[in-house]
Amino acid sequence: MTDTIDPTISEPLALSDSPENAIAWERVPYNAADYGPVSDFATDFDHADKEYNPNAPEVWKELRDSGCPVAHSDRYGGMWTPITHEAVQDVAYDTENFTSRSVVVSHARPGDAAIPAPIGVVPPISSDPPFHNLARRLLLPPFAPKQIEPWEDEIRALCTRLLDEMGDITPGDTVVDAAIQYAQHIPVNVIGRMLGFPEADEALFREFVHNTLETINAPTADRQENFQKLDAYLDAQVQDHIDNPREDLTDYLLNVELGGEKLSQEHVRGSMVLLLIAGIDTTWSAIGSSLWHLAQTPADLERLHDEPEVMTFALEEFLRAYAPVTMARMVAKDVDFHGCPMKKDDWVLLPFPAANRDPRVFEDADQFIIDRESNRHAAFGLGIHRCLGSNLARLELKVAIEEFVKRFPKFELAGDVSWSVGQIRGPRALPVRILETA
Amino acid sequence: MRVHLDVEKCQGHNRCYALAPELFDVDDYGQAVLLGNGSVSPDLEDKARLAASNCPEYAITITDS
Repeated sequence: MTDTIDPTISEPLALSDSPENAIAWERVPYNAADYGPVSDFATDFDHADKEYNPNAPEVWKELRDSGCPVAHSDRYGGMWTPITHEAVQDVAYDTENFTSRSVVVSHARPGDAAIPAPIGVVPPISSDPPFHNLARRLLLPPFAPKQIEPWEDEIRALCTRLLDEMGDITPGDTVVDAAIQYAQHIPVNVIGRMLGFPEADEALFREFVHNTLETINAPTADRQENFQKLDAYLDAQVQDHIDNPREDLTDYLLNVELGGEKLSQEHVRGSMVLLLIAGIDTTWSAIGSSLWHLAQTPADLERLHDEPEVMTFALEEFLRAYAPVTMARMVAKDVDFHGCPMKKDDWVLLPFPAANRDPRVFEDADQFIIDRESNRHAAFGLGIHRCLGSNLARLELKVAIEEFVKRFPKFELAGDVSWSVGQIRGPRALPVRILETA
Repeated sequence: MRVHLDVEKCQGHNRCYALAPELFDVDDYGQAVLLGNGSVSPDLEDKARLAASNCPEYAITITDS
């Protein structure tokens, strides 16, 4: 598929246009039979195939080696997946031809009754220029490096508490789950506290995240119902903050002004959805993948333990090699992209993790080099939508690895790892046997 | 050596500020700010190279003078 699409690959899809006044619409009616196991990722790409996340680096390599910079799929009513760094970057930088209106691929597309571009339902990640810059500038200050740095001690205390809660450890015998008992609790606790939500609701936040990102093939009506539950939860939190004002991100969103006016209820809620969803299983996945790597690579674990200053480079190498986040765009207007005839409303996946493994940009791209000094990785995206929470994510990842390695200088994999499904890639169950304690 | 920052390309990844805080600061929005006039003293040349070769947006360049 280097130049043109072979029309014999599949029959053209019968595509419908968005009906009027729909919140969501299906371009091709959903049929479970269309979503079986993938046989060829070049022509039938599906990131939600359960074999994809465990084997993604091999899938990307195969596509690159076969000279396919952009994979295609009829699934989800039509979807393209650029694989090379160049192609991913070209989409990320092109806000004319690609809209951010929806960044989570599913068989349903946002309809004209959903908040339209350039705002979108979860600003600023769903926003396009010129509105995007206004909405983003509201949220940049609370996530700027100097605002995030003071959280380090609290994150460290949280990690210590989680390690303590693992109970008595018998080296060589005790098995803990580094994803379930550790990684998954860290970002959810921190963003919940930043927003001023009850700590007791952490399991509920993970459910919201799961419903948004891991059930993309659920019936559209069920997905809408899940979104309504999330909206209702956030409305209750907003009301609580109005009744009991306190200094946190929710309060900030309720009082910050855009063009001399407070934000609309939809904007506040949308931004809260973004902060809650985007900040949780992304970092949880990065922490899990990093510990997964260390559990299988004793030399890197030893180096990190004995030479903590290598973390400056190791942190970025974890992010490069195990970047958790694949974003998405929708085609804004018909465009020929790297020889691919993209049509308005086609989905485009943006696998930054694949770009991070492109040998044309990274030497020995498929090797983890713990002290890699030159590392222009795109784990937090490229262009105007660079992850707003990147400074927080980095801090959480760094502290989480440091504390785990300090407590457990030696550990190894102790059973089957289960991986997430969909656009966020990371281990959901990660049993490790502790071999040595501090 | 001289280091240059293209503020139009910078998206606030903050790699330069982390690796070479003697040469770069960040503003209230997390965008990079070049400290001084970009002239790099010999003891900071390695840090300047690191900042450049870790910018995902290729916003930092280095020239000899």
